[in-house]
Amino acid sequence: MAVLPMKKALICGLKEDRKGTLEFLQRQEILEISCENPGDDLFQRMDTAASRSEFERKSDAAAQALAVLDTYEPEKKGLLDSFAGREPISLEVYEELAGRREEIQKTAERLLELSKEIQERKAELPKLHRRREALTPWMEFDLPLDFSGTKTTAAFAGAIPREISREELERSVLEEAAAEAGAREVPAQISVVSVSKEQTCFFVVCAAQDGPFMDLALKKLGFIRAPLSSEIPAVQNRKLEEEIRRLGEENARAEEEIRSMAKEREKLKFLADYYAMREEKYQVLSKLAQSRSVFLITGFVPARDAGNLERGLTSRYPVYVEFTDPDEEEDVPVLLQNNKFAEPVEGIVESYSLPGKGEMDPTAITAPFYYVLFGLMLSDAAYGLIMVFGCAYCLKKFKNMEPGMRKTLKMFLYSGISTTFWGVLFGSFFGDAVNVIATTFFDRPDIRLAPLWFEPVAMPMKMLVFSFAFGIVHLFAGLGAKLYSCIKSGHILDGIYDAVFWYLLVGGAIVYILTIDMFTEMFELGFTLPASVGNVAAAAALVGLVGIILTNGRESKNWGKRIAKGLYGAYGITSYLSDILSYSRLLALGLATSVISTVFNQMGSMLGNSIPGMILFILVFVIGHALNLAINAMGAYVHTNRLQFVEFFGKFYEGGGRKFSPFAIHTKYFKVKEDH
Amino acid sequence: MENIGVVLALAGAVLAALVAGIGSAVGVGMAGEAAAGVVTEDPSKFGKVLLLQLLPGTQGIYGLLIGFVTLTQIGIMGGSSDISWVKGVLYLVACLPMAFVGYKSAIRQARASVASIGIVAKRPDQFGKALIFPAMVETYAILALLISILAIFGINGLNV
Repeated sequence: MAVLPMKKALICGLKEDRKGTLEFLQRQEILEISCENPGDDLFQRMDTAASRSEFERKSDAAAQALAVLDTYEPEKKGLLDSFAGREPISLEVYEELAGRREEIQKTAERLLELSKEIQERKAELPKLHRRREALTPWMEFDLPLDFSGTKTTAAFAGAIPREISREELERSVLEEAAAEAGAREVPAQISVVSVSKEQTCFFVVCAAQDGPFMDLALKKLGFIRAPLSSEIPAVQNRKLEEEIRRLGEENARAEEEIRSMAKEREKLKFLADYYAMREEKYQVLSKLAQSRSVFLITGFVPARDAGNLERGLTSRYPVYVEFTDPDEEEDVPVLLQNNKFAEPVEGIVESYSLPGKGEMDPTAITAPFYYVLFGLMLSDAAYGLIMVFGCAYCLKKFKNMEPGMRKTLKMFLYSGISTTFWGVLFGSFFGDAVNVIATTFFDRPDIRLAPLWFEPVAMPMKMLVFSFAFGIVHLFAGLGAKLYSCIKSGHILDGIYDAVFWYLLVGGAIVYILTIDMFTEMFELGFTLPASVGNVAAAAALVGLVGIILTNGRESKNWGKRIAKGLYGAYGITSYLSDILSYSRLLALGLATSVISTVFNQMGSMLGNSIPGMILFILVFVIGHALNLAINAMGAYVHTNRLQFVEFFGKFYEGGGRKFSPFAIHTKYFKVKEDH
Repeated sequence: MENIGVVLALAGAVLAALVAGIGSAVGVGMAGEAAAGVVTEDPSKFGKVLLLQLLPGTQGIYGLLIGFVTLTQIGIMGGSSDISWVKGVLYLVACLPMAFVGYKSAIRQARASVASIGIVAKRPDQFGKALIFPAMVETYAILALLISILAIFGINGLNV
């Protein structure tokens, strides 16, 4: 029900117990270490940056090895496994695995090595394929491609990049060669190796002394030399093929080896966690004040855990533990504790801001309104039941769920109960599904789910008035919280000035409005309060108004300034008007849910009572309602938050506290359980 | 021309769904671009930015709601569609708040959403506050929805 009181702890121990003490504290997760200077030359801090980066590197390597494993042998994961949370392991298992860390480290390194090799081979393959492709047109050629002739002949193997017939090729080569040689005929043998659309590959032999002329002639024709190699193309091709096969086989072998390491997955996870833990420990270590033979730890511990902490430590090590109350001006971290019903909403309060210094924890008063507002906005019994069963199933199935996730699911579970409740009151079960199904398929339009109270779609004005009324209750509860915290902190006068006067003014104004015919008729209330009540209400409102004008600027000594500030404060009545109007979203969102369900039900029943009609109905029903539930649950969540944060917290709550973040095991996969 | 009433009323219903729907489509698209940018950097923020992306989508739903309610009231979904021209004009006018406010607020809300997605990218712990800024804009869409819906329900009982 409150912000937990904190104690300041001072732990002093011998250096030889440092490791054990720190590990114990890390497992306990109840001490937030603060960095304090004892102001003595005797004590020094340790520089752990080097070891920390080493641990980080090792932890990253393990994480990368896991990623490699996941690439080749993906871990089977269910849809809901993200709820599962970390698996607890006992201290013995932890010690045992920690002892084998070198060995696991080797596994991780081997995995990374294999993955690197595979990547390299994969990069090699396209190159080989390209070389093979370049060889393909030369497959028929039975000389090495770099053959450049004998003592008396010059030879050229290459291609010109277009399709050309044998005769034309021969003619143009010989003509060009003759021109180069000075209008002398150059005897040459030309054989075409292959012709395709892109290129014509051929081989030219001529006398050695004509070589340079032929070279020039060919260049003019756009001749490109064949890919050089000292081997006959067919042989070369075979070798390349073999190489490609070899790389493929080696990769397959490497992948097989990686897959065979899948059973090491859990150990690798442990390794990643182990070094992450050590990294965190060393981070703390660098904050500790240490002399040659002792170390000091200072920090905050929740008062309720102080005894346990002391017992746990002193029973294990010869350490000195001392608790003191924190000073007024110290920045004490905030930890909330609430009963089972309110606890789930702590996350919402935290996402706004934790209570600041001396503030009360608003969770207990926020929780019931949260559930009710959410239920009013979603207000469909079937949707509520889906939420309840979905959350209950997950909560039951995943025992190791992280506390934050557990809280969120519980919050939706309670909100689901409230949604069901309001759905029954407003007669909504998948919208008007009961009536639509009865009418379409059973020809019984008389069957419908009657609302226990009333149907908002049929009587929107009534729902609007109810929304406003509920809003007023909510706002007044916020004012009440303000009054309560003022009284609790001993500032009773402030409570009267800032809460009671507003009660009088706003409450009086509302009651007065109820005595005016015009308003009661507009809101279809069916009653009008007598004028005498109106007079009392007006008087109360006037007292409130005057009170606010006189006291709102009370920190100013100057009366002129004070009244001016007071008048400005009284102008705040307009904000109450807009706050109350803001609750009209309860009607709007409730209508959105039910009207959209109605749309889907009608769409589904369009084909009437037939087999295709039923199929269409089931399809539209399932998809449509899933969509509607998702969108409107989101809307309900967002707008419930808004009403709580803006309208409700605006009346009494500021926040600004710092979250209690104890020295703990912030791992990804496992958490270590203390046996005792 | 004796059916002009139902034509005008239908025009109103269509306008509400059409204009507010366009606004939401533009808005959700804008926010989606920003959200996708955050997810490229940090896929674990997907859930949070998705919520922020969807916020400007509600105006389209409200537009649909008004459109649908109008259609049922004027008998297009079954029943008599005998509506005087005065009533037709009234329905048309009643749909306008949702159409216009829905359009503009969706786009403005999307801009607040984009900014809030920026908050989530840099300070994911401030998600609760980031959610509120776009939700503030939505208030006006809700107020427009309220007026439209009250007006539409009210017209039915008028004797014109």
